[in-house]
Amino acid sequence: MIVLSPEWTAVLYLIAAVCFILALKGLSSPKTARRGNLLGAFGAVLAMVVVFLSTELDNIALILGVIALGTVIAVPASRLVKMTQMPQLVALFNGVGGGAAALVALLELPLVADELGAVIAVAFTVLVGAVSFSGSAITFAKLQELMPTRPIVFPGAPVVISLVALGSLASAVWLVLTADATASYVLLALGTALGVLIVLPVGGADVPIVISLLNAFTGLTVAASGLVLGNTLLLVAGTLVGASGTILTRAMASAMGRSVAGILFGAFRGGSTAGSTAQSDRPVRSSSAEDVAILLGYAQRVIVVPGYGLAVAQAQHTMAELASTLEAKGIEVVFGIHPVAGRMPGHMNVLLAEANVPYEVLSEMDEVNPQFKNADVALVVGANDVVNPAAKTTPGSPIYGMPILDVAAARQVVFLKRSMRPGFAGIENDLLFEPQTTLLFGDAKDSLTKVLTAVKNL
Amino acid sequence: MEAITLLTFFVLSVFVGFEVVSKVSSTLHTPLMSGANAIHGIILVGAVIVAGQAESIPVLVVALIAALLATVNLVGGFVVTDRMLEMFGGRKPAGATASTTKEESK
Repeated sequence: MIVLSPEWTAVLYLIAAVCFILALKGLSSPKTARRGNLLGAFGAVLAMVVVFLSTELDNIALILGVIALGTVIAVPASRLVKMTQMPQLVALFNGVGGGAAALVALLELPLVADELGAVIAVAFTVLVGAVSFSGSAITFAKLQELMPTRPIVFPGAPVVISLVALGSLASAVWLVLTADATASYVLLALGTALGVLIVLPVGGADVPIVISLLNAFTGLTVAASGLVLGNTLLLVAGTLVGASGTILTRAMASAMGRSVAGILFGAFRGGSTAGSTAQSDRPVRSSSAEDVAILLGYAQRVIVVPGYGLAVAQAQHTMAELASTLEAKGIEVVFGIHPVAGRMPGHMNVLLAEANVPYEVLSEMDEVNPQFKNADVALVVGANDVVNPAAKTTPGSPIYGMPILDVAAARQVVFLKRSMRPGFAGIENDLLFEPQTTLLFGDAKDSLTKVLTAVKNL
Repeated sequence: MEAITLLTFFVLSVFVGFEVVSKVSSTLHTPLMSGANAIHGIILVGAVIVAGQAESIPVLVVALIAALLATVNLVGGFVVTDRMLEMFGGRKPAGATASTTKEESK
Protein backbone atom coordinates (compact mmCIF):
# COMPACT_ATOMS: atom_id res chain seq x y z
CA MET A 1 0.00 0.00 0.00
CA ILE A 2 1.54 3.29 -1.06
CA VAL A 3 0.35 6.13 1.12
CA LEU A 4 3.61 7.99 1.57
CA SER A 5 5.38 9.85 -1.22
CA PRO A 6 9.08 9.03 -1.77
CA GLU A 7 9.97 12.37 -0.18
CA TRP A 8 8.01 11.67 2.98
CA THR A 9 9.46 8.16 3.08
CA ALA A 10 12.97 9.57 2.91
CA VAL A 11 12.26 12.12 5.65
CA LEU A 12 10.76 9.50 7.97
CA TYR A 13 13.66 7.09 7.34
CA LEU A 14 16.00 9.97 8.17
CA ILE A 15 14.19 10.49 11.48
CA ALA A 16 14.51 6.75 12.23
CA ALA A 17 18.24 6.89 11.44
CA VAL A 18 18.67 9.88 13.78
CA CYS A 19 16.87 7.88 16.49
CA PHE A 20 19.44 5.09 16.07
CA ILE A 21 22.35 7.52 16.31
CA LEU A 22 20.90 9.10 19.46
CA ALA A 23 20.22 5.61 20.84
CA LEU A 24 23.89 4.64 20.56
CA LYS A 25 24.91 8.02 21.97
CA GLY A 26 22.52 7.58 24.89
CA LEU A 27 23.73 4.04 25.58
CA SER A 28 27.24 5.39 26.16
CA SER A 29 26.32 7.05 29.46
CA PRO A 30 24.57 5.48 32.49
CA LYS A 31 22.12 8.36 32.95
CA THR A 32 20.76 8.37 29.41
CA ALA A 33 21.15 4.68 28.56
CA ARG A 34 17.59 3.56 29.11
CA ARG A 35 16.09 6.52 27.29
CA GLY A 36 18.55 5.89 24.45
CA ASN A 37 17.42 2.31 24.09
CA LEU A 38 13.75 3.32 24.04
CA LEU A 39 14.51 5.93 21.40
CA GLY A 40 16.14 3.20 19.28
CA ALA A 41 13.04 1.05 19.68
CA PHE A 42 10.88 4.01 18.64
CA GLY A 43 13.04 4.47 15.51
CA ALA A 44 12.57 0.80 14.68
CA VAL A 45 8.77 0.98 15.05
CA LEU A 46 8.68 4.14 12.91
CA ALA A 47 10.74 2.43 10.20
CA MET A 48 8.42 -0.58 10.19
CA VAL A 49 5.32 1.63 9.81
CA VAL A 50 7.02 3.53 6.98
CA VAL A 51 7.94 0.38 5.05
CA PHE A 52 4.32 -0.81 5.10
CA LEU A 53 3.01 2.61 4.00
CA SER A 54 5.56 3.27 1.27
CA THR A 55 5.98 -0.04 -0.56
CA GLU A 56 3.71 -2.07 -2.83
CA LEU A 57 3.43 -5.28 -0.80
CA ASP A 58 1.51 -8.53 -1.19
CA ASN A 59 1.07 -11.19 1.49
CA ILE A 60 0.64 -8.50 4.15
CA ALA A 61 -1.45 -10.75 6.41
CA LEU A 62 1.22 -13.46 6.32
CA ILE A 63 4.02 -10.97 7.00
CA LEU A 64 2.18 -9.42 9.94
CA GLY A 65 1.47 -12.91 11.26
CA VAL A 66 5.15 -13.82 11.14
CA ILE A 67 6.14 -10.56 12.87
CA ALA A 68 3.56 -11.28 15.58
CA LEU A 69 4.95 -14.80 15.96
CA GLY A 70 8.51 -13.48 16.25
CA THR A 71 7.38 -11.00 18.90
CA VAL A 72 5.58 -13.72 20.84
CA ILE A 73 8.81 -15.76 20.83
CA ALA A 74 11.21 -12.91 21.59
CA VAL A 75 9.46 -10.97 24.36
CA PRO A 76 9.01 -13.81 26.88
CA ALA A 77 12.51 -15.10 26.07
CA SER A 78 13.97 -11.68 26.87
CA ARG A 79 11.85 -11.05 29.96
CA LEU A 80 12.25 -14.48 31.52
CA VAL A 81 15.88 -15.35 30.82
CA LYS A 82 18.03 -15.30 33.95
CA MET A 83 20.41 -12.36 34.01
CA THR A 84 23.28 -14.84 34.22
CA GLN A 85 22.27 -16.33 30.87
CA MET A 86 21.84 -13.00 29.15
CA PRO A 87 25.12 -13.10 27.17
CA GLN A 88 24.07 -16.18 25.24
CA LEU A 89 20.69 -14.64 24.48
CA VAL A 90 22.42 -11.62 22.96
CA ALA A 91 24.58 -14.02 20.93
CA LEU A 92 21.48 -15.80 19.71
CA PHE A 93 19.72 -12.57 18.69
CA ASN A 94 22.84 -11.49 16.85
CA GLY A 95 23.06 -14.78 14.99
CA VAL A 96 19.46 -14.74 13.76
CA GLY A 97 19.96 -11.16 12.56
CA GLY A 98 22.97 -12.24 10.50
CA GLY A 99 21.03 -15.21 9.15
CA ALA A 100 18.12 -12.96 8.15
CA ALA A 101 20.47 -10.60 6.29
CA ALA A 102 22.06 -13.52 4.40
CA LEU A 103 18.62 -14.87 3.36
CA VAL A 104 17.40 -11.44 2.21
CA ALA A 105 20.51 -11.02 0.04
CA LEU A 106 20.10 -14.52 -1.40
CA LEU A 107 16.52 -13.78 -2.46
CA GLU A 108 17.42 -10.40 -3.88
CA LEU A 109 20.16 -11.81 -6.13
CA PRO A 110 17.97 -12.62 -9.22
CA LEU A 111 16.57 -9.06 -9.16
CA VAL A 112 19.93 -7.30 -9.16
CA ALA A 113 21.92 -9.77 -11.28
CA ASP A 114 22.92 -7.15 -13.87
CA GLU A 115 24.32 -4.60 -11.40
CA LEU A 116 27.91 -5.41 -10.49
CA GLY A 117 27.97 -3.31 -7.29
CA ALA A 118 24.80 -4.91 -5.97
CA VAL A 119 26.06 -8.43 -6.72
CA ILE A 120 29.27 -7.71 -4.80
CA ALA A 121 27.12 -6.54 -1.88
CA VAL A 122 25.06 -9.75 -2.15
CA ALA A 123 28.22 -11.89 -2.04
CA PHE A 124 29.47 -9.97 1.02
CA THR A 125 26.15 -10.26 2.84
CA VAL A 126 25.70 -13.97 2.14
CA LEU A 127 29.25 -14.82 3.26
CA VAL A 128 29.48 -12.58 6.35
CA GLY A 129 25.86 -13.17 7.36
CA ALA A 130 26.43 -16.93 7.27
CA VAL A 131 29.65 -16.58 9.31
CA SER A 132 27.81 -14.45 11.86
CA PHE A 133 24.91 -16.90 12.07
CA SER A 134 26.92 -20.08 12.62
CA GLY A 135 29.63 -18.35 14.66
CA SER A 136 26.98 -16.97 17.02
CA ALA A 137 25.41 -20.42 17.29
CA ILE A 138 28.76 -21.80 18.48
CA THR A 139 29.24 -18.95 20.98
CA PHE A 140 25.74 -19.69 22.26
CA ALA A 141 26.62 -23.38 22.68
CA LYS A 142 29.84 -22.49 24.50
CA LEU A 143 28.18 -20.02 26.89
CA GLN A 144 25.29 -22.38 27.55
CA GLU A 145 27.92 -25.09 28.15
CA LEU A 146 26.31 -27.36 25.58
CA MET A 147 29.85 -27.93 24.42
CA PRO A 148 33.29 -27.58 26.05
CA THR A 149 34.20 -23.96 26.73
CA ARG A 150 37.92 -24.47 26.29
CA PRO A 151 39.52 -23.83 22.87
CA ILE A 152 38.78 -26.70 20.48
CA VAL A 153 41.61 -27.41 18.08
CA PHE A 154 41.61 -30.58 16.02
CA PRO A 155 44.64 -31.89 14.10
CA GLY A 156 45.05 -30.01 10.84
CA ALA A 157 42.58 -27.31 11.89
CA PRO A 158 44.62 -24.42 10.46
CA VAL A 159 44.77 -26.19 7.07
CA VAL A 160 41.02 -26.90 7.07
CA ILE A 161 40.21 -23.30 8.03
CA SER A 162 42.51 -21.93 5.33
CA LEU A 163 40.93 -24.21 2.71
CA VAL A 164 37.38 -23.27 3.70
CA ALA A 165 38.32 -19.57 3.76
CA LEU A 166 39.90 -19.82 0.30
CA GLY A 167 36.90 -21.78 -0.96
CA SER A 168 34.58 -19.08 0.38
CA LEU A 169 36.55 -16.36 -1.36
CA ALA A 170 36.61 -18.35 -4.60
CA SER A 171 32.86 -18.89 -4.55
CA ALA A 172 32.35 -15.22 -3.72
CA VAL A 173 34.35 -14.35 -6.85
CA TRP A 174 32.36 -16.93 -8.82
CA LEU A 175 29.14 -15.33 -7.59
CA VAL A 176 30.28 -11.81 -8.47
CA LEU A 177 31.37 -12.86 -11.99
CA THR A 178 28.32 -14.95 -12.93
CA ALA A 179 25.53 -13.83 -10.54
CA ASP A 180 24.66 -17.53 -10.56
CA ALA A 181 22.24 -18.80 -7.89
CA THR A 182 24.24 -22.04 -7.39
CA ALA A 183 27.28 -19.95 -6.46
CA SER A 184 25.27 -18.18 -3.78
CA TYR A 185 24.17 -21.52 -2.24
CA VAL A 186 27.77 -22.78 -2.20
CA LEU A 187 28.85 -19.51 -0.62
CA LEU A 188 26.14 -19.79 2.02
CA ALA A 189 27.25 -23.33 2.92
CA LEU A 190 30.97 -22.48 3.03
CA GLY A 191 30.29 -19.33 5.06
CA THR A 192 28.33 -21.35 7.59
CA ALA A 193 31.21 -23.83 7.90
CA LEU A 194 33.71 -20.98 8.21
CA GLY A 195 31.78 -19.40 11.10
CA VAL A 196 31.90 -22.66 13.03
CA LEU A 197 35.62 -23.19 12.33
CA ILE A 198 36.57 -19.64 13.36
CA VAL A 199 34.79 -19.76 16.71
CA LEU A 200 35.68 -23.33 17.81
CA PRO A 201 39.30 -22.48 18.77
CA VAL A 202 38.26 -19.47 20.86
CA GLY A 203 38.58 -19.97 24.60
CA GLY A 204 35.52 -19.51 26.80
CA ALA A 205 36.76 -16.33 28.45
CA ASP A 206 37.17 -14.63 25.08
CA VAL A 207 33.74 -15.56 23.74
CA PRO A 208 32.11 -12.20 24.68
CA ILE A 209 34.60 -10.36 22.51
CA VAL A 210 33.79 -12.68 19.62
CA ILE A 211 30.08 -11.95 20.11
CA SER A 212 30.85 -8.26 19.88
CA LEU A 213 32.90 -8.84 16.72
CA LEU A 214 30.14 -10.90 15.10
CA ASN A 215 27.71 -8.15 16.12
CA ALA A 216 29.78 -5.67 14.11
CA PHE A 217 29.83 -8.17 11.21
CA THR A 218 26.04 -8.45 11.24
CA GLY A 219 25.84 -4.66 11.21
CA LEU A 220 27.94 -4.57 8.04
CA THR A 221 25.80 -7.23 6.35
CA VAL A 222 22.71 -5.12 7.08
CA ALA A 223 24.50 -2.13 5.54
CA ALA A 224 25.31 -4.20 2.44
CA SER A 225 21.66 -5.34 2.23
CA GLY A 226 20.79 -1.64 2.25
CA LEU A 227 23.00 -1.23 -0.84
CA VAL A 228 21.32 -4.18 -2.56
CA LEU A 229 17.79 -2.94 -1.84
CA GLY A 230 18.68 0.72 -2.35
CA ASN A 231 17.37 1.40 1.16
CA THR A 232 19.23 4.19 2.93
CA LEU A 233 17.92 3.36 6.39
CA LEU A 234 19.39 -0.15 6.30
CA LEU A 235 22.63 1.28 4.96
CA VAL A 236 22.95 3.90 7.70
CA ALA A 237 21.76 1.69 10.60
CA GLY A 238 23.94 -1.24 9.56
CA THR A 239 27.01 0.95 9.10
CA LEU A 240 26.46 2.57 12.50
CA VAL A 241 26.38 -0.83 14.17
CA GLY A 242 29.38 -2.03 12.17
CA ALA A 243 31.47 0.99 13.11
CA SER A 244 30.44 1.25 16.75
CA GLY A 245 30.70 -2.53 17.13
CA THR A 246 34.28 -2.43 15.88
CA ILE A 247 35.21 0.26 18.43
CA LEU A 248 33.43 -1.65 21.16
CA THR A 249 35.18 -4.90 20.27
CA ARG A 250 38.55 -3.17 20.52
CA ALA A 251 37.62 -1.54 23.83
CA MET A 252 36.53 -4.89 25.27
CA ALA A 253 39.65 -6.63 24.03
CA SER A 254 41.91 -3.98 25.56
CA ALA A 255 40.02 -4.20 28.88
CA MET A 256 41.12 -7.83 28.91
CA GLY A 257 44.63 -7.06 27.65
CA ARG A 258 44.05 -9.03 24.46
CA SER A 259 44.24 -8.35 20.75
CA VAL A 260 41.39 -9.40 18.48
CA ALA A 261 43.73 -11.38 16.22
CA GLY A 262 45.22 -13.12 19.26
CA ILE A 263 41.75 -14.15 20.40
CA LEU A 264 40.77 -15.62 17.04
CA PHE A 265 43.99 -17.38 16.19
CA GLY A 266 45.86 -17.61 19.51
CA ALA A 267 44.92 -21.27 20.03
CA PHE A 268 46.98 -22.23 16.97
CA ARG A 269 50.16 -20.74 18.34
CA GLY A 270 50.73 -23.56 20.79
CA GLY A 271 48.16 -22.39 23.31
CA SER A 272 46.51 -25.80 23.08
CA THR A 273 48.53 -27.15 25.99
CA ALA A 274 46.38 -25.00 28.23
CA GLY A 275 42.72 -25.67 28.59
CA SER A 276 42.32 -28.91 30.44
CA THR A 277 39.27 -29.82 32.46
CA ALA A 278 41.13 -32.46 34.40
CA GLN A 279 41.00 -32.01 38.15
CA SER A 280 44.30 -31.68 39.88
CA ASP A 281 45.16 -33.89 42.83
CA ARG A 282 47.63 -31.42 44.35
CA PRO A 283 46.88 -30.84 48.02
CA VAL A 284 44.79 -27.81 49.02
CA ARG A 285 43.76 -26.46 52.40
CA SER A 286 40.03 -26.68 52.76
CA SER A 287 38.25 -25.56 55.88
CA SER A 288 34.88 -25.10 57.52
CA ALA A 289 32.45 -22.18 57.42
CA GLU A 290 33.26 -21.48 61.09
CA ASP A 291 36.97 -21.05 60.32
CA VAL A 292 36.16 -18.69 57.46
CA ALA A 293 33.84 -16.74 59.77
CA ILE A 294 36.66 -16.34 62.30
CA LEU A 295 39.03 -15.11 59.59
CA LEU A 296 36.46 -12.56 58.45
CA GLY A 297 35.20 -11.59 61.90
CA TYR A 298 38.65 -10.66 63.18
CA ALA A 299 39.83 -8.88 60.06
CA GLN A 300 39.94 -5.12 59.66
CA ARG A 301 39.75 -4.89 55.91
CA VAL A 302 38.00 -7.40 53.66
CA ILE A 303 37.90 -7.23 49.88
CA VAL A 304 35.22 -9.33 48.21
CA VAL A 305 35.85 -10.52 44.66
CA PRO A 306 32.55 -11.71 43.20
CA GLY A 307 32.49 -13.90 40.11
CA TYR A 308 30.07 -15.74 37.91
CA GLY A 309 29.66 -18.52 40.51
CA LEU A 310 28.09 -16.02 42.91
CA ALA A 311 25.52 -15.09 40.30
CA VAL A 312 24.78 -18.67 39.28
CA ALA A 313 24.03 -19.57 42.89
CA GLN A 314 21.81 -16.45 43.17
CA ALA A 315 23.85 -15.60 46.26
CA GLN A 316 24.00 -11.82 45.71
CA HIS A 317 21.54 -11.09 48.51
CA THR A 318 23.31 -13.33 51.03
CA MET A 319 26.61 -11.74 50.01
CA ALA A 320 25.16 -8.27 50.55
CA GLU A 321 23.87 -9.30 53.98
CA LEU A 322 27.24 -10.77 54.98
CA ALA A 323 28.93 -7.53 53.91
CA SER A 324 26.58 -5.38 55.99
CA THR A 325 26.93 -7.71 59.01
CA LEU A 326 30.72 -7.35 58.82
CA GLU A 327 30.42 -3.60 58.45
CA ALA A 328 28.24 -3.49 61.54
CA LYS A 329 31.19 -5.05 63.39
CA GLY A 330 33.39 -2.17 62.20
CA ILE A 331 35.08 -4.14 59.45
CA GLU A 332 35.74 -2.34 56.19
CA VAL A 333 34.25 -4.25 53.23
CA VAL A 334 34.90 -3.38 49.60
CA PHE A 335 33.83 -5.23 46.44
CA GLY A 336 36.55 -5.50 43.79
CA ILE A 337 34.91 -5.81 40.38
CA HIS A 338 36.97 -7.08 37.48
CA PRO A 339 35.93 -5.45 34.18
CA VAL A 340 34.98 -8.85 32.76
CA ALA A 341 33.69 -10.43 35.97
CA GLY A 342 30.74 -12.58 35.03
CA ARG A 343 30.80 -13.41 31.37
CA MET A 344 30.81 -10.06 29.66
CA PRO A 345 32.31 -6.66 30.35
CA GLY A 346 30.07 -4.96 32.89
CA HIS A 347 28.05 -8.12 33.50
CA MET A 348 28.85 -8.24 37.25
CA ASN A 349 27.73 -4.64 37.72
CA VAL A 350 24.37 -5.59 36.22
CA LEU A 351 24.10 -8.64 38.47
CA LEU A 352 24.99 -6.79 41.68
CA ALA A 353 22.72 -3.91 40.75
CA GLU A 354 19.96 -6.50 40.47
CA ALA A 355 20.73 -7.55 44.07
CA ASN A 356 20.70 -3.91 45.24
CA VAL A 357 24.29 -3.92 46.46
CA PRO A 358 25.05 -0.22 47.08
CA TYR A 359 26.93 1.31 44.19
CA GLU A 360 29.43 3.04 46.54
CA VAL A 361 31.07 -0.19 47.74
CA LEU A 362 31.80 -1.42 44.20
CA SER A 363 35.38 -0.59 43.22
CA GLU A 364 36.84 -1.03 39.77
CA MET A 365 40.01 -3.02 39.28
CA ASP A 366 42.50 -0.14 39.05
CA GLU A 367 41.03 1.38 42.20
CA VAL A 368 41.05 -1.81 44.27
CA ASN A 369 44.33 -3.44 43.23
CA PRO A 370 46.62 -1.24 45.38
CA GLN A 371 44.36 -1.97 48.38
CA PHE A 372 44.95 -5.73 48.44
CA LYS A 373 48.28 -5.44 50.25
CA ASN A 374 46.50 -3.74 53.15
CA ALA A 375 43.64 -6.23 53.16
CA ASP A 376 43.47 -8.91 55.83
CA VAL A 377 41.21 -11.18 53.82
CA ALA A 378 40.41 -11.38 50.14
CA LEU A 379 37.16 -13.31 49.81
CA VAL A 380 36.83 -14.76 46.31
CA VAL A 381 33.28 -15.95 45.69
CA GLY A 382 32.78 -18.01 42.57
CA ALA A 383 35.55 -16.29 40.61
CA ASN A 384 38.63 -17.97 39.25
CA ASP A 385 40.12 -16.75 35.97
CA VAL A 386 40.04 -13.06 36.97
CA VAL A 387 42.29 -13.75 39.98
CA ASN A 388 44.54 -16.33 38.32
CA PRO A 389 48.20 -15.28 38.59
CA ALA A 390 48.91 -17.32 35.44
CA ALA A 391 47.75 -14.21 33.58
CA LYS A 392 50.97 -12.56 34.79
CA THR A 393 53.37 -15.45 35.15
CA THR A 394 52.66 -18.07 32.45
CA PRO A 395 53.24 -16.77 28.92
CA GLY A 396 51.67 -19.83 27.25
CA SER A 397 48.42 -19.54 29.15
CA PRO A 398 45.25 -18.58 27.26
CA ILE A 399 44.63 -15.78 29.72
CA TYR A 400 48.24 -14.49 29.68
CA GLY A 401 48.24 -10.70 29.57
CA MET A 402 44.73 -10.28 30.94
CA PRO A 403 44.74 -7.75 33.80
CA ILE A 404 43.80 -9.54 37.03
CA LEU A 405 42.83 -8.63 40.57
CA ASP A 406 45.90 -8.97 42.81
CA VAL A 407 44.25 -11.06 45.51
CA ALA A 408 47.55 -12.87 46.09
CA ALA A 409 48.81 -9.71 47.83
CA ALA A 410 46.23 -10.02 50.61
CA ARG A 411 47.30 -11.61 53.92
CA GLN A 412 44.72 -14.38 53.64
CA VAL A 413 42.84 -15.53 50.58
CA VAL A 414 39.57 -17.41 50.96
CA PHE A 415 38.02 -19.09 47.94
CA LEU A 416 34.40 -20.18 47.99
CA LYS A 417 34.22 -22.73 45.20
CA ARG A 418 31.92 -25.50 44.09
CA SER A 419 34.75 -27.89 43.24
CA MET A 420 38.34 -27.99 42.04
CA ARG A 421 37.06 -27.81 38.48
CA PRO A 422 39.04 -25.15 36.56
CA GLY A 423 37.37 -21.87 35.63
CA PHE A 424 35.72 -20.86 32.40
CA ALA A 425 39.05 -20.50 30.58
CA GLY A 426 39.76 -24.15 31.44
CA ILE A 427 43.06 -23.62 33.25
CA GLU A 428 44.23 -24.39 36.72
CA ASN A 429 44.77 -21.64 39.28
CA ASP A 430 48.05 -21.94 41.19
CA LEU A 431 46.81 -19.53 43.82
CA LEU A 432 44.58 -22.30 45.16
CA PHE A 433 47.66 -24.22 46.33
CA GLU A 434 49.45 -21.30 48.03
CA PRO A 435 49.94 -21.44 51.81
CA GLN A 436 47.88 -18.29 52.51
CA THR A 437 44.89 -19.74 50.68
CA THR A 438 41.90 -21.39 52.34
CA LEU A 439 39.12 -23.10 50.40
CA LEU A 440 35.53 -23.60 51.37
CA PHE A 441 33.80 -26.00 49.00
CA GLY A 442 30.12 -25.88 48.21
CA ASP A 443 27.43 -23.90 46.44
CA ALA A 444 28.14 -20.19 46.93
CA LYS A 445 24.75 -19.52 48.48
CA ASP A 446 24.96 -22.41 50.99
CA SER A 447 28.51 -21.52 51.94
CA LEU A 448 27.72 -17.84 52.38
CA THR A 449 24.64 -18.63 54.46
CA LYS A 450 26.73 -20.84 56.78
CA VAL A 451 29.47 -18.22 57.02
CA LEU A 452 26.89 -15.53 57.72
CA THR A 453 25.35 -17.56 60.57
CA ALA A 454 28.79 -18.27 62.01
CA VAL A 455 29.80 -14.59 61.81
CA LYS A 456 26.62 -13.59 63.64
CA ASN A 457 27.44 -16.09 66.41
CA LEU A 458 31.00 -14.89 66.92
CA MET B 1 19.86 5.53 -6.02
CA GLU B 2 23.19 6.90 -7.26
CA ALA B 3 26.15 4.83 -6.14
CA ILE B 4 28.01 7.96 -5.07
CA THR B 5 25.13 9.05 -2.80
CA LEU B 6 25.13 5.65 -1.11
CA LEU B 7 28.90 5.82 -0.69
CA THR B 8 28.52 9.24 0.95
CA PHE B 9 25.95 7.85 3.38
CA PHE B 10 28.25 4.93 4.15
CA VAL B 11 31.38 6.97 4.86
CA LEU B 12 29.57 9.52 7.01
CA SER B 13 27.85 6.75 8.98
CA VAL B 14 31.19 5.09 9.70
CA PHE B 15 32.47 8.29 11.27
CA VAL B 16 29.29 8.84 13.25
CA GLY B 17 29.43 5.23 14.47
CA PHE B 18 33.03 5.63 15.63
CA GLU B 19 32.31 8.94 17.27
CA VAL B 20 29.19 8.13 19.31
CA VAL B 21 30.73 5.24 21.24
CA SER B 22 34.31 6.43 21.53
CA LYS B 23 34.22 7.18 25.29
CA VAL B 24 32.17 4.48 26.96
CA SER B 25 32.97 2.96 30.35
CA SER B 26 33.38 -0.79 30.66
CA THR B 27 30.28 -0.87 32.89
CA LEU B 28 28.14 -0.12 29.87
CA HIS B 29 29.83 -2.40 27.34
CA THR B 30 27.23 -5.14 27.72
CA PRO B 31 24.11 -2.96 27.31
CA LEU B 32 25.73 -1.01 24.47
CA MET B 33 26.56 -4.19 22.59
CA SER B 34 23.07 -5.46 23.20
CA GLY B 35 21.52 -2.17 22.03
CA ALA B 36 23.63 -2.10 18.85
CA ASN B 37 22.62 -5.73 18.35
CA ALA B 38 18.96 -4.71 18.47
CA ILE B 39 19.47 -1.94 15.91
CA HIS B 40 20.74 -4.31 13.22
CA GLY B 41 17.46 -6.20 13.60
CA ILE B 42 16.15 -3.44 11.34
CA ILE B 43 17.02 -5.87 8.54
CA LEU B 44 13.35 -6.72 9.14
CA VAL B 45 12.58 -3.83 6.77
CA GLY B 46 14.49 -5.70 4.05
CA ALA B 47 12.84 -9.01 4.89
CA VAL B 48 9.37 -7.41 4.70
CA ILE B 49 10.11 -5.84 1.32
CA VAL B 50 11.37 -9.14 -0.11
CA ALA B 51 8.45 -11.11 1.34
CA GLY B 52 5.92 -8.55 0.07
CA GLN B 53 7.31 -8.72 -3.45
CA ALA B 54 7.85 -12.49 -3.59
CA GLU B 55 6.60 -14.05 -6.81
CA SER B 56 6.95 -17.73 -5.97
CA ILE B 57 6.12 -19.85 -2.95
CA PRO B 58 9.73 -20.89 -2.16
CA VAL B 59 10.88 -17.26 -2.21
CA LEU B 60 7.97 -16.29 0.03
CA VAL B 61 8.75 -19.08 2.50
CA VAL B 62 12.42 -18.15 2.77
CA ALA B 63 11.57 -14.45 3.05
CA LEU B 64 9.09 -15.18 5.85
CA ILE B 65 11.77 -17.18 7.68
CA ALA B 66 14.08 -14.17 7.31
CA ALA B 67 11.31 -11.91 8.66
CA LEU B 68 10.80 -14.20 11.65
CA LEU B 69 14.53 -14.25 12.48
CA ALA B 70 14.79 -10.48 12.04
CA THR B 71 11.77 -9.88 14.31
CA VAL B 72 13.34 -11.99 17.04
CA ASN B 73 16.55 -9.97 16.69
CA LEU B 74 14.81 -6.59 16.67
CA VAL B 75 12.16 -7.07 19.35
CA GLY B 76 14.19 -9.33 21.63
CA GLY B 77 17.22 -7.05 21.35
CA PHE B 78 15.41 -3.94 22.54
CA VAL B 79 13.50 -5.77 25.29
CA VAL B 80 16.57 -7.48 26.77
CA THR B 81 18.57 -4.24 26.65
CA ASP B 82 15.79 -2.42 28.47
CA ARG B 83 15.72 -5.13 31.10
CA MET B 84 19.45 -4.78 31.68
CA LEU B 85 19.24 -1.01 31.95
CA GLU B 86 16.27 -1.16 34.29
CA MET B 87 18.72 -2.40 36.91
CA PHE B 88 21.05 0.52 36.44
CA GLY B 89 18.24 2.86 37.41
CA GLY B 90 18.23 4.83 40.67
CA ARG B 91 18.71 2.97 43.95
CA LYS B 92 15.42 1.79 45.37
CA PRO B 93 14.57 2.89 48.92
CA ALA B 94 15.42 0.43 51.70
CA GLY B 95 11.83 -0.82 52.11
CA ALA B 96 11.52 -1.68 48.44
CA THR B 97 14.85 -3.47 48.61
CA ALA B 98 13.71 -5.75 51.38
CA SER B 99 10.49 -6.67 49.59
CA THR B 100 12.30 -7.50 46.34
CA THR B 101 14.68 -9.68 48.27
CA LYS B 102 11.78 -11.60 49.72
CA GLU B 103 10.08 -12.05 46.39
CA GLU B 104 13.19 -13.44 44.81
CA SER B 105 14.01 -15.81 47.60
CA LYS B 106 10.64 -17.52 47.32
